[in-house]
Amino acid sequence: MADRIYRVNMTDLTATTEDVPEQWAGLGGRGLTSTIVAAEVPPTCHPLGPDNKLVFAPGLLSGTVTANSGRLSVGAKSPLTGTIKESNAGGTASQQLAKLGIKALIIEGQPEKDAWYTLHVTADGVTISEEPDLAGKGNFAVVNAMVERHGDRTGVISIGPAGEMKMAIANISVKDPEGKIRSAGRGGLGAVMGSKKVKCIAVNVPREAAVPIAEPEKFKAAVRVFAKALQEHPVSGQGLPTYGTSVLINVINEAGGLPTRNFRYGQFEHHDKISGETMHDLIEKRGGKTRHGCHMGCVIQCSQIYNDAGGKYKSSGFEYESIWAMGADCCVDDLDQIAEADSLMDDIGVDTIETSVTMGVAMEGGLLPFGDGAGILRILDQDVRRGTPLGRLIGGGAAAVGKAYGVTRVPVVKNQAIPAYDPRAVKGIGITYCTSTMGADHTAGYAVATNILKVGGDVDPLKKEGQVELSRNLQIATAALDSAGLCIFVAFPALDIPEAFTAIVDMINARFGISLTADDVTELGKNILRTEHEFNLAAGFTNKDDRLPEFFSREKFPPHNVVWDFTGEEIDEFWNF
Amino acid sequence: MQVTVRLFAGFRIGRFKEETRQYDVPVTVKQIVTGLGIPEAEVGIIFINGRNASLDQTLAEGDTLSLFPLVGGG
Ligand code: SF4
Repeated sequence: MADRIYRVNMTDLTATTEDVPEQWAGLGGRGLTSTIVAAEVPPTCHPLGPDNKLVFAPGLLSGTVTANSGRLSVGAKSPLTGTIKESNAGGTASQQLAKLGIKALIIEGQPEKDAWYTLHVTADGVTISEEPDLAGKGNFAVVNAMVERHGDRTGVISIGPAGEMKMAIANISVKDPEGKIRSAGRGGLGAVMGSKKVKCIAVNVPREAAVPIAEPEKFKAAVRVFAKALQEHPVSGQGLPTYGTSVLINVINEAGGLPTRNFRYGQFEHHDKISGETMHDLIEKRGGKTRHGCHMGCVIQCSQIYNDAGGKYKSSGFEYESIWAMGADCCVDDLDQIAEADSLMDDIGVDTIETSVTMGVAMEGGLLPFGDGAGILRILDQDVRRGTPLGRLIGGGAAAVGKAYGVTRVPVVKNQAIPAYDPRAVKGIGITYCTSTMGADHTAGYAVATNILKVGGDVDPLKKEGQVELSRNLQIATAALDSAGLCIFVAFPALDIPEAFTAIVDMINARFGISLTADDVTELGKNILRTEHEFNLAAGFTNKDDRLPEFFSREKFPPHNVVWDFTGEEIDEFWNF
Repeated sequence: MQVTVRLFAGFRIGRFKEETRQYDVPVTVKQIVTGLGIPEAEVGIIFINGRNASLDQTLAEGDTLSLFPLVGGG
């Protein structure tokens, strides 16, 4: 069965399908969501109005047996940044949508009636029904309700109370194979789903459903080469599965780039208490699991099962970014409190990075003291979950809270919170924060790999030389990778092992019976970036928005005592390709 | 000469987290690594005083050396 585009119109509550237009045929994941948003959403529209569209697209390799290919891209105009947005997550939905032959699911319009709806996606199409019982419920309750209604193997995409309240920090959750959740975190896409009045999407796939492979033998061979590279590379084969991503707490702390106390210092005194090494030891002691995949077919397994002191499940997918944000940035040194907050944020449906950086700014403004983990938990549960006036303010994100409290040290680009690497001490990632079409986003062009981890080359993190070019090359490659549905961590082997990169191109070719070259893939990445950039320019952004906040140039960042020293012209060089 | 050595991730197993060590003659990162029984090929990230360094670099009095296997995340 040929792939089709599914369209759900929430204004008149109809669902239709259509052929895939020829120019969309070679696209998937981010390439497709961004192309559709750019083609169909007026750049100046209100992100929460009826003209915005929420687009889900599995990656080109999703649904196949390719390792780590189960990422689902979600796109729209972002209510947080006002830019185009793609955010992706693991979980089972991507593979399921792909197996149903759904190239993209587009949700458009807005219902008249003040009611919540569920979409049920099956081999027979999409059914839209009113959902009176789940309003106000957290993501875990929604997942349980869907499993009860449709069975264990149901895929679920949902929003929590934050999405219903259209908070700019709201995310979209995707159920994983164990019934836990992963999130398309950044940019407030949960608010867009809330504005369409869609509380959740349940997906069911017939057991025998499979994606067609044009050239099975070639495909199998490439799959094998790829999986072998992932298992052999020390980062994806050993480091990530053993210590998870939070091994970076100590790495970035040693490098003097771990933003601490709302981006004041580059090292956190209590780093070892929240480190990946400590987490690893706690997990073993408490009978959790150090390796865990966020979707079937992940061989890297950076995720984990983290139990509390009583040996009871607390969190999975407990990531570096989340631990850093509430840990070093808010000076909370209790890993259990951070795990508790992580689980609360998943349930309420808010981005852990944006929310915790917002708390750090609020601490700077005097709302609560630095280090007050209990205070964060209280505000999350009593204010954000319930939508009190304070909860709504936090729900606006770091920039909104910075304004409300008159704070000048507000770490955002295009209103999106800067993640866990200070751009003064890791200059390559600073260029990515400035120029990414998504607002401050480390995954868009992960220069940390080359600046600090020494994977895929070596560029001095404290010098300006080579950073613009590095970020450009990485952003182009990442845009292409995000289209394949591959987890970003395959980049570690792909940057170092040439056969791994070739295998990705071979797999796409064999899946569709086409003959892309490595250059075509680069061209695809460039086109995606250009499409997104043009959308942002048409929405009113200029090169002056591609800048870091002033404090990064004014305030010396210890221990290296460095400032952000790129000129505007140097940053603008990024777009010369 | 005094040097502080900090070990991370798997390098800590059976060794230590942090130790201040005495050396009578100038010493390179490579010599310290070998002295600790860590295979050179396993060394991923080296910092001296928070700056990326190489195996051949020589340490000076009061330096802090941090050693990681090849790890990543994001
Ligand atoms: S490596 Fe981590 S993020 Fe990537 S697919 Fe596996 S569990 Fe998910």
